[in-house]
Amino acid sequence: MYKVIIKVTLKKKILDPQGKAIESSLHNLGFSNLTGVRTGKNIEIAINEKDIGRAKTSIQSACEKLLANPVTEEFEYEIFDNDGTAVARFSTLHTQTKEPVG
Amino acid sequence: MAHKVGVVVFPGSNCDRDAFNAFGSVMNQKVEFLWHKETSLDGVDVVVLPGGFSYGDYLRSGAIARFSPIMNEVVRFAERGGLVMGICNGFQVLVECGLLPGALLRNAKLKFVCRQVYLRAETTKTPFTSALKPGQILKVPIAHGDGNYYADEATLKSLEEEDRIVFRYSTRDGEITSEANPNGSIRNIAGIVNKSRNVLGMMPHPERASEQILGSASGAMVLKSVIESLN
Repeated sequence: MYKVIIKVTLKKKILDPQGKAIESSLHNLGFSNLTGVRTGKNIEIAINEKDIGRAKTSIQSACEKLLANPVTEEFEYEIFDNDGTAVARFSTLHTQTKEPVG
Repeated sequence: MAHKVGVVVFPGSNCDRDAFNAFGSVMNQKVEFLWHKETSLDGVDVVVLPGGFSYGDYLRSGAIARFSPIMNEVVRFAERGGLVMGICNGFQVLVECGLLPGALLRNAKLKFVCRQVYLRAETTKTPFTSALKPGQILKVPIAHGDGNYYADEATLKSLEEEDRIVFRYSTRDGEITSEANPNGSIRNIAGIVNKSRNVLGMMPHPERASEQILGSASGAMVLKSVIESLN
């Protein structure tokens, strides 16, 4: 049994009007140092599998088929075992970027 | 002879009755509802995916409805050349299932927009607009929160080159301006067809502008085109 936490966000090149609205509200509150607000979805799922490979395959496929829309969104996830230790990680960000990281 | 129009009903559809009325009472066709759990289209000549909030718009608008049992049949029907018309939530279902390209994002100003808009017919070379004059202006309502059409540059280029943009939001006089764009849709796009031109997706509601008593009858021309092309 594993648990996965999936994060789905709009691709960077797509305007996130919700993020913009939050950002302007933050600025109205005086947080002029906070910029680049982006929102997204957090999805938690229990995976009924003993084998981590199969667990990962299911989640990958679920993300591609249903949980994220490949036209507008990207996703990343982290799989945890029963003790809460992270045992696998994946991000679509890693597969598409040639830009320097960090 | 009356044709058979099938209106798919998902949990949360709310313009199914409008479509039923427009094709039935106004256009005098035979109409039937097709429950989303059906696995047969019952020999209909045209499929309408109506407006509404299927599955409460959970996850993304149309994302869950797209996996309803009946959608396998709708996709097969479309691939065989059958006429499929997705209005509002129906358009969202069609982009989610890949019958149409692009996506429908949250309206640029984040608000649900419910009002009459003007549309300019960009092509009459589709079974959905063949009864219109080129450039004809229609007055029809919109009612959506996620109608902001998006597609990448390559997709937009092919839509333009293949004459697949069917309607754009315009002023009353047919000018394409940003003021006339109610939701931020890229290039004011309000409706498109697939490559084979038998699948239409549009955010505005022609079925809710099919009689003068509803404020406008110009949407009836879209329904008339559909019926004429079946004759």
